[in-house]
Amino acid sequence: MPIQFQFEPIFAESDRIVDGVLLTLGLSFGAIVLGLVLAILLVAAKSLLGRWVGLLVDAYVELMRNTPFLVQLFMLFFGLPLLGIRLPGTEAALLAMTLNLSAYATEIIRAGVDSIHRSQLEAGLSLAMTRRQVFQHVVLMPALARVWPALSSQFVLMLLASSICSFIAVPELSGTAAIIEQNTFRSFETYIVVTIIYLVLALTLKVALDRLGRAIFPRISSVDRLDAKAEAA
Amino acid sequence: MTTFGWPEALFLFRAAGWTLLLTAIAFLIGGLLGGVLAIMRLSRIRIVRRIAATYILVIQSIPVLMVLFMSYYGLSLFGVELPPFLAASASLAIYVSAYLAEIWRGSIESVPFQQWEASASLAHSPAQTYRHVILPQAVRISLPPTVGFLVQLVKNTSIVSVVGFVELARAGQLVNNATFDSFRVFGLVALIYFAICFPLSRLSRHLEKVMNASRPH
Amino acid sequence: MPAVLIEDVHKSYGKLEVLKGVSLSVETGQVVALIGRSGSGKSTMLRCINGLEAFQSGRIEVAGHVVDQDPKHLRALRKDVGIVFQSYNLFPHLTVGQNIMLSPRITKNVPQAEALALAKDVLAQVGLSDKFDSYPDNLSGGQQQRVAIARSLAMQPKVMLFDEVTSALDPELTGEVLLVMEKLAKGGMTMILVTHEMSFARNVANTTVFMHQGKIWEQGPSKQLFAAPQTPELQGFVKAGAQD
Repeated sequence: MPIQFQFEPIFAESDRIVDGVLLTLGLSFGAIVLGLVLAILLVAAKSLLGRWVGLLVDAYVELMRNTPFLVQLFMLFFGLPLLGIRLPGTEAALLAMTLNLSAYATEIIRAGVDSIHRSQLEAGLSLAMTRRQVFQHVVLMPALARVWPALSSQFVLMLLASSICSFIAVPELSGTAAIIEQNTFRSFETYIVVTIIYLVLALTLKVALDRLGRAIFPRISSVDRLDAKAEAA
Repeated sequence: MTTFGWPEALFLFRAAGWTLLLTAIAFLIGGLLGGVLAIMRLSRIRIVRRIAATYILVIQSIPVLMVLFMSYYGLSLFGVELPPFLAASASLAIYVSAYLAEIWRGSIESVPFQQWEASASLAHSPAQTYRHVILPQAVRISLPPTVGFLVQLVKNTSIVSVVGFVELARAGQLVNNATFDSFRVFGLVALIYFAICFPLSRLSRHLEKVMNASRPH
Repeated sequence: MPAVLIEDVHKSYGKLEVLKGVSLSVETGQVVALIGRSGSGKSTMLRCINGLEAFQSGRIEVAGHVVDQDPKHLRALRKDVGIVFQSYNLFPHLTVGQNIMLSPRITKNVPQAEALALAKDVLAQVGLSDKFDSYPDNLSGGQQQRVAIARSLAMQPKVMLFDEVTSALDPELTGEVLLVMEKLAKGGMTMILVTHEMSFARNVANTTVFMHQGKIWEQGPSKQLFAAPQTPELQGFVKAGAQD
């Protein structure tokens, strides 16, 4: 029996698909911005606030990196109401994505910070800067520039991981796919369309982030960039 | 509503066993596939390289969830209805193959080019060079990221419930639905995952240190 | 009141003692050259003066500050004591001008306009006015080192330390840096320089101090010291033309 594909029912749902894409992008960009800011603060805290704070940051990072994102999502979505905090699915998803991304970004940025040569620190300190000033003005930007490829890869991974939020019925792209599948009974067509959309989103984001990196960090040559492969594992 | 007690905890532990089994099978099959892909990726024949590169790029640019759905529904198009465990294993193996292929290709390319020159100067054929000089070094280089990826795999088994398989995360969901004791349930689930993943992460970091220490300068 | 007073300083790295009771006094406006083989402790001694290295016993006082490891004290000290490194250590992500203006602005709260004028002034002193908006990696080693000197000068220090600042430069480029340093010396800056440039030490430094095995082995007016070294170690050192 020849395989019959019917894509028309899927395309009929294009409004829903667009909404799903927008929510996916919204969640991802939100998590990227918030997660990056949080990660910079955590790295700064580890560098500047002494050993115990550093250990706390390490513990947080290890915890988030060694448990599945889905479990973190469940913990927030089902656990917070027990504390009296009722977060709707979308907000819980954003929070979970932000926290998860911040842990990976902290690890990546920390590697960048550690790679800044001691002589740069000595130069800054010898110019009477405080350690905080050295971190802010001498270390942070070059560190970010070095790890930008690894960070970009992590951001794209977060975009893809947003699909997991469908497990708590958030109507991002994957959640939307589930609804469309239920409505049309065309499973393969639904998922191939959605898969292609993810593919386009991921590749576009990577290119955009690369361009952004070249715009913000023009001075760091490619020789200086830390190996993105080592960080992605 | 039930309370979260030992029977529920044991249910979780048993599910964890399935998680481990799933991880192992997906890793083995995906590893074999990944090895083939890595070789294809380094082939002299352009079309072979292109096919492998495209496959890897696509798999790495879509969510694992989509890999699961595509392989599950793709197979069902041909009338193949796999039981949940096999469906999950097969889908994960596809995901694993792309990432391991990339890691291993990177490892082979990381072997300093002087090694190729030295081996060729000793009149080794390309196959002999691979077997005796390049691959042993590539394997050593690949150990830290491969073990690191194993951690990713364990975590990604958490989503295979979409093809009907009950592993640790799904088990947690079920127990949570029954007990509503979310902190304890997911706390234990997280703890079990942590107990599996953290030693592997440490191992990966340790391997990296050992490797960096012994690398000739 | 000497600008720099070093009293019986001992320093060890673990079990290895690298400074074995060094004492030295430097007056304001004096230029002191520290020479010796690698491992003699001269760079370590220099870095103790601005607190980059800690020492276990003894006392150092520089520009009115007592050297300890207290961060506040060190910051106050480092506003009065500048250092130039062998590897220049310019900040690669900032332009030359930004490199120079950064510290006065953030550590001394110098307003932007004033900092700009100051930066242009010190850059002119080292002969690189046209490089204000260039990035360090567009400059030669000699130019980068001169910028490093300007960066320290912008803090208006009372004492300047130089840690083998020409050792990493190609021979053709050392001249421009030494010229700047000579100008500074003639202008009355108190300077301590660790150097391998024997002729510079002899001609520009008032006093030369020869260190050997963590101690001051010989010291005295430069011309005399080089003309008539007293100890066999210094004699051998001078004869070898400062080969390390």
